[in-house]
Amino acid sequence: MFRAVKDHLATRYEASLDPALLDRIEVLKAHLGGYETDAFGFDPEAIKPVIPIVEFLYRRYFRVQTFGLENLPEGRVLLIANHSGQIPMDGMMIGTSLLLDAHPPRAVRSMVERWVPSLPYVSVFFSRLGQVLGTPENCRTLLAQHHTVLVFPEGVTGINKTFDKRYQLQQFGLGFMRLALETNTPIVPVGVVGAEEQIPALWNLKKVAKLLGMPAVPVSPHMLIPILGMLPLPSRYRLWFGHPMHFTGDADDDDAVIGAKVSQVRDAVDALLQRGLAEREHIFW
Amino acid sequence: MRVAITGISGRFGALLTRRLHRQHTVVGIDRRPFPGAPADVELHRIDIRRKRCEEVFRKGAFDAVVHLNVMHDPRASSADHHTFNIQGTTRVMQYCQRHGIKKLILLSSANVYGPRADNTQFLTEDAPLMGGERFHQIQDLIGIDMLGQSFFWKHPEVETVILRPVHIVGAVRNAPSNYLRLDRPWTLAGFDPMVQLIHEDDVAMGIERALRPGAQGIFNLAGCEPAPLSRIIELAGGRPLPIPHFAAGPMLERLWKMRLTTFPAPELDHLRYVCMVDAARAREVLGYTPRYDLDATLTHLRLTRALLAS
Repeated sequence: MFRAVKDHLATRYEASLDPALLDRIEVLKAHLGGYETDAFGFDPEAIKPVIPIVEFLYRRYFRVQTFGLENLPEGRVLLIANHSGQIPMDGMMIGTSLLLDAHPPRAVRSMVERWVPSLPYVSVFFSRLGQVLGTPENCRTLLAQHHTVLVFPEGVTGINKTFDKRYQLQQFGLGFMRLALETNTPIVPVGVVGAEEQIPALWNLKKVAKLLGMPAVPVSPHMLIPILGMLPLPSRYRLWFGHPMHFTGDADDDDAVIGAKVSQVRDAVDALLQRGLAEREHIFW
Repeated sequence: MRVAITGISGRFGALLTRRLHRQHTVVGIDRRPFPGAPADVELHRIDIRRKRCEEVFRKGAFDAVVHLNVMHDPRASSADHHTFNIQGTTRVMQYCQRHGIKKLILLSSANVYGPRADNTQFLTEDAPLMGGERFHQIQDLIGIDMLGQSFFWKHPEVETVILRPVHIVGAVRNAPSNYLRLDRPWTLAGFDPMVQLIHEDDVAMGIERALRPGAQGIFNLAGCEPAPLSRIIELAGGRPLPIPHFAAGPMLERLWKMRLTTFPAPELDHLRYVCMVDAARAREVLGYTPRYDLDATLTHLRLTRALLAS
């Protein structure tokens, strides 16, 4: 009885979704080779219940504009983006842009922090939507299966920057370049403009964060507004996708050699950011 | 081939015997009786730790030894576990080396890697054995795996094979099968890790493959396609009972002390984190491919539940 009602509601709900969107989800499913979930726990069906909220955030709240989506090469690719905004909305918006606006649609598999799998609900939510624990082996496996992998090489230092350091790229990790060389994967630099302003953190309470076992506890003045302060500010997002970069060489080379290649990618991301900032007329519209 | 199986009287030993005895001469060594043993199986009822056991190896002219005589009973004392498992395994290794036995197969488990938050999705054979980090009671099982590894290097004349299967399910009575036979298995609210299962017949097939001359080393064995725990419970016919993870540990600890459950509390980590393996090596080197898919594996498990209930 319960199940019949549940199934009925699910069908009704699905009928209410945009058929074009359902087609896009089918394309993602086809990539899984006939299984309901892939070995990492990604289930395209899990997009359906959350898509109205995600689409609202993407189209109405952050009113995301994309530039250069057509630059994405076919097959496996590493998206290398700047990380900002205290909460990983940037990852979600990049993922949503590839689902809703790219042709053909793609599932973005981003590499998440090591503490995510220990969080209840969040761990399942992330994993069903295709997010994967950021280990080199996982990245290698995904690239071998021709997935689109999103890496934020700045890691937590990038996302938890205070507002005075906005749009200043932090140090990039080298791991992604070794994997790109090893698997011969093109790199597409991505500049995210607009995320820095969603939570302009004036302080990061490091001691409190340590007590709570969290990477950071940002404090932003807009948090003083009751209830609404819990939401990020509706700054307008602009996602800039650069041209694919191809690298060759020994994946096991010295850090200095790899670092030089990483700098090229970092400069490319920075160029996209500078262009995005120059062409942006207003933070909120 | 003359194959000695230690611990033959266990459920898995019996299953392996039925599979092997038509092509090979099977000799069983166990202190327990083996009811329903095939007529062509020679059985020695003896504790492997006894001196007298060496005589069986001395006269046996075995080509291979499959060592299944490992105690898994979580209620047994740590002392019993260590003497039986570590000493027993050491003896078997000594006998193999002294009496010119060409092959030794040890059945370890993927649990030696341990379920952890920062586990990579597919652990290879090189991954560190962290299973004892939070689950101290399995230290001896990790010890057996390590003993096998050092024996492999010290005695290249013996082809040593260490098999690390994922959760074995079927008619066997082990923690994963018992768990999946529950009507209301506990889950941890907000966690639903990907899980790999392997059907008991597929493990037996893995051992059969490992018996082939030339095969040696460590192999992860995976069975059917991985699936989220919730999906596996659904297919097994259970209804999950979600419990907050911070409460489940202390509760299960209490129930364990009161002898109201067969599951030690550290096993809860399997309901929380991934512990999956990369089985590419077994596929490439042993030519092992599992026969049972997820549906078939769990259909069999449901049957065993009905049988055990009746």
